[in-house]
Amino acid sequence: MALNVMVRSAAPIPLDVAFEVQPGELLALVGHSGSGKTTLLRSIAGLWRPQTGRIAVNGAAWLDTAAGIDLPTHRRRVGIVFQNYALFPHMSAVQNVMAAMDAPDRRAAEQTLDLVNLHGLADRKPAQLSGGQQQRVAVARALARKPHALLLDEPFSAVDRATREKLYSEIIDLRRHLAMPVVLVTHDMNEAQLLADRMVVLENGRVVREGTTADVMADPEALRAMGIREVAAMLPAVIVEHGDDGLTRLNGPTGPLFLPEIDGAPGTRLRVRIMAHEVILARARPEGLSAQNIISGTITRIMPGTGPGVMVHIDVAGHEILARITRRATEQMALTRGDTVHAILKSMSVARDHVARTPEPAGKVS
Amino acid sequence: MDWTALSLSMQLAAWTVAILLPVSVLMGRFLAYRQFRGKGLVEALVMLPLVLPPTVFGFYLLVAFGRNSPVGDLWQSLFGSQLVFSFEGLVVASVIFNLPFAIQPAQRGFEAIPAEVREAAACCGMNSLTSLWKVELPLAWPGVMTALVLTFAHTLGEFGIVLMVGGSIPGETKTIAIAIYDRVQGFDDRGAAIMSAVLVAISLFTIALTYWLSARMGRRVS
Repeated sequence: MALNVMVRSAAPIPLDVAFEVQPGELLALVGHSGSGKTTLLRSIAGLWRPQTGRIAVNGAAWLDTAAGIDLPTHRRRVGIVFQNYALFPHMSAVQNVMAAMDAPDRRAAEQTLDLVNLHGLADRKPAQLSGGQQQRVAVARALARKPHALLLDEPFSAVDRATREKLYSEIIDLRRHLAMPVVLVTHDMNEAQLLADRMVVLENGRVVREGTTADVMADPEALRAMGIREVAAMLPAVIVEHGDDGLTRLNGPTGPLFLPEIDGAPGTRLRVRIMAHEVILARARPEGLSAQNIISGTITRIMPGTGPGVMVHIDVAGHEILARITRRATEQMALTRGDTVHAILKSMSVARDHVARTPEPAGKVS
Repeated sequence: MDWTALSLSMQLAAWTVAILLPVSVLMGRFLAYRQFRGKGLVEALVMLPLVLPPTVFGFYLLVAFGRNSPVGDLWQSLFGSQLVFSFEGLVVASVIFNLPFAIQPAQRGFEAIPAEVREAAACCGMNSLTSLWKVELPLAWPGVMTALVLTFAHTLGEFGIVLMVGGSIPGETKTIAIAIYDRVQGFDDRGAAIMSAVLVAISLFTIALTYWLSARMGRRVS
């Protein structure tokens, strides 16, 4: 049930984009506002019509301008979570969910609400729910449609940081139940990197780069569109223990990592987002340092940028971390490919919402 | 107290409301959502009866409905009676004259629904009609209700246009407002006073009813 999208339009905004999303895969459409990502999402739902295009799910065309096919929104099996959720204000949570069902069934609707961790709030009106709870109702409503494509339009932008962290891990857990292609529109690179399998980077209605999150992150062309300060690598780690001092000890690819208070039981597999500009490099393993994390690896690439900075790619036991340092520093240290370096990372430089559980592929319903 | 006139006025108001209910919903919804060339002109035309003097409006309707006019002839051939100076003619005039009261508040009601909520209804698999019934009407209801009450109250009180198009035929076109005028002309101040008081009571009641309903709906919606 792959989702195929090919959209071209000259007005009102120029758009020339094609991509494919596999069933169970989460694709992030990232880009600055005005890059066309929301318009693209709307065209999949049939809420916006491009001049030419073809949108098909599992071979069945929803839009095919060449063949004169353009199914109205209500005939496309699409679940969408809007930025401001767009819940029906006159209906309770469970009625909202039932409204999307082919055969409204209160019990089934309540089960869907349970799936998004909304127990006992079924009869509340949207106005009586918090932002995070409203978002969960919106997700449940989208799922109740039994969609062939699930579309998420900046679904985390209207909640506070703490709620967002929680919703991230809920979406990651939920993915075990999602067998359809999922498209996430976001301008938040952290969000995209934590949640998505693949990314499409858009700029002025065109695809700058498409690929796995790791590949996109390593591509200077893509980085230009996203902003150099967003560059980060994802490192896998497993929770070992929660210390009394508030630090969580993790097992990383090359040894222990200490990060501030991560949620999750020991044994939980995580992905940690390490911002390239937070990493310090040293030739010798430093001692007497306040930073708690020293990760050793081998330089695989040094990519010069247009400004004073360079991007150093470091292989750590088969994974990659990125360090953005000055060209001046690389020259002073005479860094070259193949050198062993020690990457230094302050525990406090990893924000709590830059850590998320490793998504498990769909199909493994527990 | 002229009960015949009161009953006639109530019937006229009821018919006007009944005919304008679907017009109010469909036109209000159409004007609220659609952008098209000439939308401003259509909105202005709908509002026209609000600013035209009723006698002027009544005069044009009289000409348009009268014998030897296309509308009058068509009516005559269809129903075998003339449209002017008849209850049916009054209903038609009243419907046209009440268009701004019926459409405007409903349009505002539909405009208040966020576009995303309507889009969400479509994404839930609802077609236009289901969306109207399950999502839009419950949200736009205060506007539609206001439209209907305004139409009702306004029809009860309309004078000039009724006199122009209907004349003052007892039991056919002599509404309560005209009956009051007749009483005053006949120096029956007491009769006029009673009927005026009844009209005030009915108007107050309907206005109170709308406020109560829309407050209730407002609570339901928010």
